[in-house]
Amino acid sequence: MEHRGLGLLALLAALAPCCCAAPGPTLWPMPLSVKTSPRLLVLSRENFSIYHDPSSTAGPSCSLLQEAFRRYYDYIFDFNKSRLNPAKHNSAAELKQLLVSVVLESECDLYPSITSDESYTLAVEGPVAFLKANRVWGVLRGLETFSQLIYQDSYGTFTVNESNIIDSPRFPHRGILIDTARHFLPIKTILKTLDAMAFNKFNVLHWHIVDDQSFPYQSVAFPELSNKGSYSLSHVYTPNDVRTVIEYARLRGIRVIPEFDSPGHTQSWGKGQKNLLTPCYNGPKQSGTFGPINPILNSTYCFLSQFFKEVSTMFPDQFVHLGGDEVEFTCWESNPEVIAFMKKAGFGRDFQRLQSFYIQKLLGIVSTLNKGAIVWQEVFDDHAKLNPGTVVQVWKNEMYHVTQAAVTAAGFPVILSAPWYLDWISYGQDWRNYYKVDPLDFDGSQEQKKLVIGGEACLWGEYVDATNLTPRLWPRASAVGERLWSQQNIKDIEDAYDRLTIHRCRMTRRGIAAEPLFTGYCNF
Amino acid sequence: MVAFRYHASSAAQPGCSVLDEAFQRYRDLLFSSSWWQPPERTRKQHAPEKSSLVILVSTPGCNELPSLESGENYTLTINDDHCFLLSETVWGALRGLETFSQLVWRSPEGTFFINKTEIEDFPRFPHRGLLLDTSRHYLPLTSILDTLDVMAYNKFNVFHWHLVDDSSFPYDSFTFPELTRKGSYDPATHIYTAQDVKEVIEYARLRGIRVLAEFDTPGHTLSWGPGAPGLLTPCYSGSHPTGTFGPVNPILNSTYEFMSAFFLEVSSVFPDFYLHLGGDEVDFTCWKSNPDIQSFMKKQGFGNDFKQLESFYVQTLLNIVSAYDKGYVVWQEVFDNKVKVRPDTIIQVWREETPVRYTKEMELITGAGFRALLSAPWYLNHIAYGPDWREVYMVEPLDFKGSPQQKALVIGGEACMWGEYVDSTNLAPRLWPRAGAVAERLWSSELVTSVDFAFKRLTRFRCELLRRGVQAQPLSVGYCEQEFEET
Repeated sequence: MEHRGLGLLALLAALAPCCCAAPGPTLWPMPLSVKTSPRLLVLSRENFSIYHDPSSTAGPSCSLLQEAFRRYYDYIFDFNKSRLNPAKHNSAAELKQLLVSVVLESECDLYPSITSDESYTLAVEGPVAFLKANRVWGVLRGLETFSQLIYQDSYGTFTVNESNIIDSPRFPHRGILIDTARHFLPIKTILKTLDAMAFNKFNVLHWHIVDDQSFPYQSVAFPELSNKGSYSLSHVYTPNDVRTVIEYARLRGIRVIPEFDSPGHTQSWGKGQKNLLTPCYNGPKQSGTFGPINPILNSTYCFLSQFFKEVSTMFPDQFVHLGGDEVEFTCWESNPEVIAFMKKAGFGRDFQRLQSFYIQKLLGIVSTLNKGAIVWQEVFDDHAKLNPGTVVQVWKNEMYHVTQAAVTAAGFPVILSAPWYLDWISYGQDWRNYYKVDPLDFDGSQEQKKLVIGGEACLWGEYVDATNLTPRLWPRASAVGERLWSQQNIKDIEDAYDRLTIHRCRMTRRGIAAEPLFTGYCNF
Repeated sequence: MVAFRYHASSAAQPGCSVLDEAFQRYRDLLFSSSWWQPPERTRKQHAPEKSSLVILVSTPGCNELPSLESGENYTLTINDDHCFLLSETVWGALRGLETFSQLVWRSPEGTFFINKTEIEDFPRFPHRGLLLDTSRHYLPLTSILDTLDVMAYNKFNVFHWHLVDDSSFPYDSFTFPELTRKGSYDPATHIYTAQDVKEVIEYARLRGIRVLAEFDTPGHTLSWGPGAPGLLTPCYSGSHPTGTFGPVNPILNSTYEFMSAFFLEVSSVFPDFYLHLGGDEVDFTCWKSNPDIQSFMKKQGFGNDFKQLESFYVQTLLNIVSAYDKGYVVWQEVFDNKVKVRPDTIIQVWREETPVRYTKEMELITGAGFRALLSAPWYLNHIAYGPDWREVYMVEPLDFKGSPQQKALVIGGEACMWGEYVDSTNLAPRLWPRAGAVAERLWSSELVTSVDFAFKRLTRFRCELLRRGVQAQPLSVGYCEQEFEET
């Protein structure tokens, strides 16, 4: 691969760490296989278009692809800041078309899933480039890569190197967690996040939608939950809002996995659902405060059945996240009815067993609804009996490799988040730490390692809302994005720095206020 | 409330642009449609209706610039008979208007109210500054102007503009245009023209904010090199130049000719009495490597003590700048390295632990009779997880051993937002509301220390900032009636 102006670069490098190398293709995340030739092609707004290959299983009736074609056309030709089309380079050949071909049944009107095929090949040569994928999901990934290959030379001409790319992700579950309970996030912010996720090939939005502090999810079956539990009536996600997010995500090949965390983290549920939470006691008398969901009442499971039935319909993804983290036992310990129940059930004073009792019943409910479950690691750590296929999300930072080994040894799939808590900000280039993580860096067999289905960058909301979410997420999450998509041997951190600075500039150009990695500027 | 009016006896009258513009600004802030609740025409309350706030400024000075000596006192009297803002200067009136704007509230029905109030207010410290770094990352003009707006909401009164540094030289010099052409990130887009600079200075003036320009030398000057060949010291490896450069070359006459001409321009462009001349973090390795400098050192009898060479440079520079009738502020190294400075020099303390803890440094500086500015505990670019504004708030600038006379030499402090990791994508949420903690520490009495009370007020103030269109980040879990909407 040839860089023009390498000598000048070296000189400039001595002066200042400049982000803006000579213009050229910059890919993020790095695809599986990239072969670029120095042969250049030019393209222009007027003469270039993206078409369905006649042999494709998808055509103009596939709105997911139609929308994508339009979106990427705009991203390529920089609809906001496009300079007037400059004179054509007479010497270079023209790229007139990108032909898109879906090989297998397109899945155009389906929702993406954990087994979705995101692979694609891209052959860029004049006058027609070919993007081939098994399913529409691969087309989406390929369009993003294609858009990253195109750059403007110093005359403003849209240029692309002839290239051949074969690509598919290392891990199938590549997620971002957003928390809309600690701070409400306006829909616009969520949609912008989905855009940025698509630029980085993330494919799961883990929506931690409710928690102690607020319940913004408007339930049709239980409207009082949000009426009483949201911060205010304008801090609510209506069913329409939820549908908007899900469809916007689908069009970008992103799954929306809701998390309704219980039995802990549920203070806000008690505002609109009486008798759901455990009343805490001060000696013989109720203290007036409440603890986790009350696991000993039939009404609890009646409620949960109805509630999760609605959730299962509202959210089409195969999986639902049930939480299960950080359950405080003190309130349960104080409640005489709970104590009596424990005795009768033979749990003694082992509240982990009560917790597991609850979780197992909830898992049963969810399984009846034909959904898979994802839980936080405590559910596994505290010995609940899990159905095979239950996914365990590892989040505790201490010795997480050991946890990964234990969970996979027991045969359960793992989502890794522990080293990727992006809400934990610090001074300097912390993206490097996220990049250096290897999700398979633990003691285990090949079979065990296969159970690591991916990871999630978490942006908990205690200190985050729409004012600072985007710069805090990007480009730091991009480091996680490459780690989850690209091959294990893509580890050169200085090359990553060079590519990520440019990818970051590209994101800002596309309307994502990604913060700078370091001193420098964007070339536009 | 409908209007702001000048009192008949006020020295400031219509035509006083500082206040005319302020009236318009505050009118828009208070009564424009950006309130989320629409007004209702019910007159259920029996509160007497006030039609205007009357402002009386006793000393004229509308067309002047604010200075370190400017008074900012004011009193605000709101009762059945009066709705009255009294101040000595227009700057005090500005402070009073801001406070007034924070007192007005709106009932659920939409009516505007203000409680009966008596406020007497004046700042504890006269220099309450914010540093922005436009060299590590260029900041578009709008970012700077927006920051000045929020500074005014927080009663900050000095904008410390760290214009240039190693990374880039965005200041458009008319004496040495090559500095900008070769030193800026992009001379077409990443520069501050003379017009831009004028705009910033006037925008600041209308908010009672001084612009303290910093042109940091002899270190932090790599970006000056390409446009001023021969200015920087060529570094050597043995007897051969390496091709890299170090600080400003202190041994050449051409250096001082350059600085004379450059600072003549700077003195004319920036009207504040003070200039910040930098003087921090001078790396001696390049000087040491240079044979010409070695012989100069020998000739001068400096031996191997490069601090003396640094002193030599700084003293010469200070004399140049003094001749232009400017006072100066310098970073603490200038004092630490025993440079001979004028007694009215202001020293800015920025280093937390070296050469001594910053409280000790404050003691030493004021003990030597110099005025001091505190910044060390207020490096807001140093982010961390959690409510770090609390540590910022709990700093007590006079918490060092010294006589009352010494403590009187502490003229204030500055929150610093260095630009290595900051540009317009994240400047506002990183600055606000955290800088507000510094603002209160510098304005309010030393007795105002309750962090819990501050938390209550700052959380509400943050929601008000959102309402005013400021992208201020949350202090902790919670919500505002009107959340920030991305465009």
